[in-house]
Order: sequence, then structure tokens, then C-alpha cells
Amino acid sequence: MSPLLLLILLPLVASLFIAAGSNPRRTALGAAFLNLVLSIVLFAFYDLHAGGWQFVSEWHVVPRLGINLILGADGLTLTMLLLSTLVTFSALWVAPKIEKQEGLYYIALLFISAGVIGAFSSLDILFLYSFHELALIPTFLLIGIWGSGDRQAAAWKATIYLGAASFVLLIGLLALYISMPAEIRTFDLRVLKQLAASGAFTPAPWIYLILLVGFGTLVSIFPFHSWAPAAYASAPAPAAMLHAGVLKKFGLYGLIRIALPLFPGAMHDMNGLLILLLIGNIGYIGYVTVAQKRLDWTVGYSSVMHMGYIFLGLAAMNLISFNGAAMLMFAHGLSVAAAFALCGEIRQRTGTLDYAELGGLAKSLPVLGLLFGFVSMASVGLPGFANFAGEILVFFGATYSIPTFGNLMIVAIVIGVWGVVISAIYMLRAYRNIFWGPIAARWETLTDISLTARCSVILLLIPLMIAGFYPQFILNMVTSALPR
Amino acid sequence: MNTLLLEIAVVALGIVLLLIDAFSDRSDKSFLSYLGALGLGGVLLLSFVHQNSPDPGSPSAAFVTADVLSVFFIRFLLVTTIVVVLMAPSFLPVLERYVPSERKGGGIGEFSILPIFSCAGLMWMVQAVDFIMIFVALELATITLYILVTYLRQNQASLEAGTKYLILGALSTGFLVYGITWIFGVTGTTNLTTLPYAIASLSEDALTPLLFGIALVLVALSFKIATFPFQFWVPDVYQGAPTPVTAYLSVASKAAGFVVLIRLLFALEQIPVLAQKIEAVIILLAALTLIFGNFSAIPQTNLKRLLGYSSIAHAGYLLMGVASLASALSIPAIGFYFAGYLAMTLLSFLVLLVVAENTGGDDISRFNGLSQRSPLLAGAMLLSMASLAGIPFTAGFIGKLMIFEVALKQGHYGLVTLGCVTVAAGFYYYFKVVRAMYWQQPTETKQIPVSMTVKLLIAVLGAGILALGIYPAPVLAALR
Repeated sequence: MSPLLLLILLPLVASLFIAAGSNPRRTALGAAFLNLVLSIVLFAFYDLHAGGWQFVSEWHVVPRLGINLILGADGLTLTMLLLSTLVTFSALWVAPKIEKQEGLYYIALLFISAGVIGAFSSLDILFLYSFHELALIPTFLLIGIWGSGDRQAAAWKATIYLGAASFVLLIGLLALYISMPAEIRTFDLRVLKQLAASGAFTPAPWIYLILLVGFGTLVSIFPFHSWAPAAYASAPAPAAMLHAGVLKKFGLYGLIRIALPLFPGAMHDMNGLLILLLIGNIGYIGYVTVAQKRLDWTVGYSSVMHMGYIFLGLAAMNLISFNGAAMLMFAHGLSVAAAFALCGEIRQRTGTLDYAELGGLAKSLPVLGLLFGFVSMASVGLPGFANFAGEILVFFGATYSIPTFGNLMIVAIVIGVWGVVISAIYMLRAYRNIFWGPIAARWETLTDISLTARCSVILLLIPLMIAGFYPQFILNMVTSALPR
Repeated sequence: MNTLLLEIAVVALGIVLLLIDAFSDRSDKSFLSYLGALGLGGVLLLSFVHQNSPDPGSPSAAFVTADVLSVFFIRFLLVTTIVVVLMAPSFLPVLERYVPSERKGGGIGEFSILPIFSCAGLMWMVQAVDFIMIFVALELATITLYILVTYLRQNQASLEAGTKYLILGALSTGFLVYGITWIFGVTGTTNLTTLPYAIASLSEDALTPLLFGIALVLVALSFKIATFPFQFWVPDVYQGAPTPVTAYLSVASKAAGFVVLIRLLFALEQIPVLAQKIEAVIILLAALTLIFGNFSAIPQTNLKRLLGYSSIAHAGYLLMGVASLASALSIPAIGFYFAGYLAMTLLSFLVLLVVAENTGGDDISRFNGLSQRSPLLAGAMLLSMASLAGIPFTAGFIGKLMIFEVALKQGHYGLVTLGCVTVAAGFYYYFKVVRAMYWQQPTETKQIPVSMTVKLLIAVLGAGILALGIYPAPVLAALR
């Protein structure tokens, strides 16, 4: 059996077991742990010298339409798989007590996990799309049942945004398929890439626009971002971790896999649009983040803002910036998941994340404070964390492409660098408001973060620091997979 | 004899069951529905051994055909009827409440047997290629349906639904006959296979009366398949009719109507002047049906009514496929869509039936907290809603994908764009049911009992939805 198929099936089989009545938490954690080990093994055993697609296996589903389930992995895939399994395990581990419908809760999380793993390892565009959709209903349920605050409105908004975006995307993919000459029609990414490279097939530029809107909305590109912070603020911590950490990277992954190789010309010609949008993400959303008065909204908006840097990496269109973007995808996935995990821990203890009500928590929650310090440093992009490595590569790459894209790129870089300062402002302010200052009497008796939650956050921080001190660990893998 | 063997077997089965019903002394007549399902299952098996193929040259060859469409849809109708007949025992309490009867059992005997006669009529209809045959078969199917819709004699809603269905059904039959006479008057034939040749030899000014006749026939068919502008009866009739009958109306009756529509359009397709005009009409109807069905479904609070609007919406997607008949891929797309539609629609009506039984109504609010009262029913409903909404790995997704693909290939870009908008609307109203089942708290915590038959049906239909969504190849092969 293909190891990638196993990776997809394990969470699904575990959900079946849970539905049949086995202990939800133990079953889910067992499957997630096996997946983590398996993805580390695959990551380690990928043959860098040979490069290209490995662990490939193929099943024919609708041969007449050219729909086949093709699984395979290259360096970028394996990096994203590692991210997915790390965040999944941490998200399942972090919160041991579920008040209601425990089985359904774990099933929903496992489905999201299976969906993203399937999406990342599919070489067939249609399956890449289909697997991503597997997360739609679980997200709806997770926010609606276990969420907090204005959870119903948030769940509706996210579901309708994501559902509509998916169908825009589907139309884009179908249009791409139909626009191919009949005899070479295929959904196979590998073939598509070859066709595009050899000049046998040049898709129309307007299809790129549809894909940009579809994938972009899933990544919360400005101005289609408003679902994200609301959903993350209302979602239970593990759902926010998986969604912001992993699921959101699917849109970027799709752009890298489909748009970059197939639409180099269109991307080049319409780059001004992408740059304008990402300036919106960094500049405008940056200031919106500063204005937030609650930690969950701050983290939610910051995750929208940081997508701007990854888009900058794509817009600069050279190998260095692509490397930076891939690095940032990995780094941001881990750091935002850790941030949401800690948000959940704080909310569980205090019942509020409002800056006005919190303060001085470092006295009663010293370890939580320390971990949160680490996470905010990572999120700001301090050297030593993978986020720094990613951002610096993006900026270098962007600088290289100034001659190609001119003044607009300079504006984007200036705003991007200023954005780093803005992130420092809001993250440090959040840290100060929550952990420093005088402590209210009612917070003095709080118990510090449990060993379980501690470990699950540290599990995310370790790879973040490894990749920070030794970026080649990730870069070696992704470079070979990225278009030149 | 050879030609209509399957239909004859079904009618014979019905008559035998009626006799058993009349002469049996048992007070509980539910066994008749199991017996009926068993018999229909036998006919279904027979259909794999025996093809209703008329000898070429024999008189019957002019009336019926044994092409892919008829073979596929005969099995489709048999499966639908089996599921509907098996739903009847779960419907027993409602029958007992609303059907006055000296005998115990609320007339469940006839209630399970009548769909079998209707099934025979529809089976005949999907293989007929002559207007006269189509008309007679249609009447056989519809007259039994008139009885079934009004079956709950002491329930006002059922009576109202039945009256509406009877009056509008009779009206549409009138349109059909009138249209047929015009077509016959102009071309001198009622046969769909010879119709294209007859039209080809017509003079230019004979086309207008011919188009008038075709328009009348389209009106009658639009009533049968519930598309704009003759869809207005659907929500009321669906809501008032007994739930198994509603399920039957929305699956079997609609499918047979579509087959006749496809046959008619295939005949007209060969005349380029007509083909263009009719394609434009179908595109317009598809667009209006999509808009009406989907957007009217949004504010609904009654699930049966919502499913009624949703069945109009799905007729819109199917019309998108009919508008693309020029492509050889449209028939597999439509057939596959129907196969998925069968599984997901019947599953949703089945769950609705059981839940309404135990909570006392079919408003969406009755589903509140269903996930805590019966995870199985909630899961089954979730699956069918996901499939109706068109989420990947379900039959609904592959169906929509193939319809959209064939429509794009035929260049109906506007229609596909509209389809995407309406799919997004569909997410909203299908998810409303999911919200009720999973987000809301139940008003009482008593578990809902689920009978063995229902469990079995849920397993089969649910597996069907997933199997079609993950591995559609076998069904597609049957449609080639």
C-alpha cells in the first residue's frame, strides 16, 4: 500500500472506530501519532539527489474524463505533510477535556487532517480540490458546536465564503481543463507542467484570475479576508490551529502547484494586481491588527496579515523568493498554531481574552507566559525562528525583482519591512497587556499550563527553531520542487 | 410478449399482492410491503438476464425501444420503488391516524401495492418511442399517483395536495394530448423515430404549427419534471403528500419525465432549424429553474417543502445537461446525476419520515439536536445534505461536475456561472438542516428508535452515495 494513501486513510479509519464506539481521545491521538511518525520517515527517506515525484501510486477513477487518484510527493509536499501531521497531533493533544459530544469533536478534527493531507499529496488537480473540501463540514460543526462568542454568525460566514470560493475555484479548474485541446486533456499535474513547459499548451490568462480569486479567498487575500479572523476568534483552539496553521496553506500550495508552472506569463503581466492586494494584506490589515482589543482577534488578523509576506514571495517570481514563501508557509503554520493553542489555554483559565480585563498573568502563569513570549518572538520574525529565515529570503528575492517589476515592488518591500515593525508593536503590546503589569486579584489563583499542553506547544516550537537555526533542513527539500 | 415482459411481471406482482391483501385475515398487512420489495427485487434481477428487446420488424418495435436509456432507467425505477415500498411500514402510525378503516393497519396493503402499478407505468414510459404509448403509460402511472397523494383521507393537507395534483395533472395531460394532436396533424406521425424524417419533408410554413405542438408538449413535460414555469404545484403537493409518496414523486416520476423529454429532443435535434430554437428555450428554462428553485428554498422552515424546492433546483441542473444533448457525454452525465439523486433524495426522505414520526412534525426545528438523539439518523441526513449540496466524495459532486463539464464543453458559460452561484445558495439551505441537527439543543433527550429495515436502507443508500462519489466508473459504464 502506498504510504501516502495510508497517511490519508489512518485518520479516516480512526474516525470510523470512534463512531463505532472506541475511546475517542486515545484512538485519535494514536492515529495522529502514527501519521506524525510516518510523515517524518517519509521526509527523511525522500531521495534528494533523485528529486522529483516519489512514492507515486495511481488509481483510475473515471478514465474517460481523465480523473485518476494519483498520490505522490516531492520536497514541498513532504514539508507540508510534516507541517500537517505536527499541527494535527498538537491540536488533538492540547485540550484533553471536551465537555460535549467528544466523539464527534475528534471525528471532525480527524476529517480536517485527512482532508489537508490528501490535498497536499494529490497529483491530480480534481482530487487536490476534493480533499480540501473534506474540511468544510467539520469546520462548520467545530465552530458551531464548540465555538465561543458569536460562533453561529462566524461559522456561517466562513462556510459560505469558503463554499463559494471553492466553486469559483472549481470553475477555474474546469475552465483550465476544457481549454486544453481535446486529445491531451488531463488533470494530472505532472503532465500539465510538462505541457506548459514545452509550450504545447498555454492556458488563457483570465483563468489565472479565477484561480487567484478562488485560491486567494481560501488564503484570506485582501479584500476576501473577513471570514478568517471572525472564524478563528470563535473556533475552539484546535480547530483554529488546524485551520489557520494548515488548511489555509492549501490555497498558497495550489497557487504554487498550478498557477506558477501554468501561468508564468499571466502572473508576470498581472503581477501589479497581486502586489496591490498583498500591500492591502500587509499594510491595511497590519493596522487593523494593531487596533484589536482582544488576543484571539489580534492573532486572527495577524495570520491574515502574514499571508501578505507569502504572497510577496510568490509575486517576486524568482527562486529565492519562492524558497522564502515555502519556508514562511511552514514557519507560519507552526507559529500561528502555537499562538492559537496558547490563546485557548488562556481563555480556558480566565474565560476572556480582552486586554482590558487581563494583566500580570506572568505571576500566576509563568510557564504559559514564557511560551507565549517564544511564540510572539517567532511571529514577529526574530532571528533564530524559521519565520525570520522565510521573511529575509522573501525580502531578498523581492529586491532582486525590482528591476523587473519596478516601483510598485519597491513600495511593497517598504511596506513589508514596515509591517515587521507593526507586528512587533501588536505582539509586544499583547504580551504586555496580558502578562505584565498589576495582576487582578481574581487571576492570582490560576493554575499554570498543564504538562500536556506544554508539550504540545513545545512540539511545535522545536521544528520552528531547528528550521530557524538550520534553514537548509527545509530549504533543501523545497528548492528542488519549486519552479525556476 | 417478449417486449414488455418486465412490465408484465411488475403488474402481475401487483395483482397477486392485491389478491393476498383482499383474502388474507392477518391484521398487520406490513408483510405485503416486504413481499412487494422482494418481488420487485426479483424483477430487478430478471432485468439483468432479460432485455426488453423488440424484434426488429415486429409491430411492437415501432412503440418501444431497448436502448441504454431504457435499460438504465427501468432498473433505476425498480430500485426507487423498492426503497419507497420499504418505507411504508415505518409510515404505518401516520396511516393509522389518518386513514379511516374498520380493519387495523390503515390500509397499508394498498399503500404498498399502488406504487408498484405506478412503477409499471413509468417503466413502460421510459422505453416508449411513440406518443400514444407515452401518453397511455403516463396515465397509468399518474392515476395511481392521484390516489397515493390523497391517501391520508382525514388529513386536510393531503387532500389539498391531492386536489392540486389532480387538477394540475389533468390540465397538463390536456396540454400533452393537444400538443400531440398538433404534431400529428402537421407531420402525420406520432412516432418519435420517424418524426425527424416527417419533419424534414415539411414545407417552411408548416413549422409554425409544429412548433406550437412541440411547445404544448414541453409545457406538459415541464409539469412532470417540475421545472419553471410549471413548478408551482411542487412545494404544496410535496408537503401535503404522504412522505413515501413525496419521495416517489420527486425521484421516479421526475426521472421518467426527463427520459421522455430527452427522447423528444433527440428526435428534434436532427432538424437544425428546430434544434437551435429549442436549445435556446431549454437554456432559458434551466436558468429560470435554477434561480427559482435555489433562491426560493433559502427562507423555507419546513424540511419537506425545502426538499420540494431542492428537487426543482436539481431539475435545473439536469436541464443544464439536457441543454447540452448535442454532446455524446450528456446522457452519461444525466443518468449518473439521476443515480446520485436517487440515493441522496430517498435517504433524506427516509430520515425525514422517521424523525417526523418521533418528533411530531417535519419542520426543520424538529431536527434540533438530532445528533444527540440518534447519531445514526443525523449522520445519514448529514451525508445526504452534503451530497445534495455537492461536496466532493459524494455522488452529488461527481454528478454536478459532469453536468458542468458537459455544459462548458457546449459553451454554455453563462449557465455554468449561474450554476455556481446557485450552488453557493444551496450550501446555505442544506447546511441549515445540518445546523439544526448538530448546533441546536434537543427539546427532549429520549433516543429515537430506528427499525432494522430503516437501518438497512440507510446503510445501502449511504453506501451508494459514497460509492458513486468515490468510484463512479461502474455506473458510468452502464450508461455507455
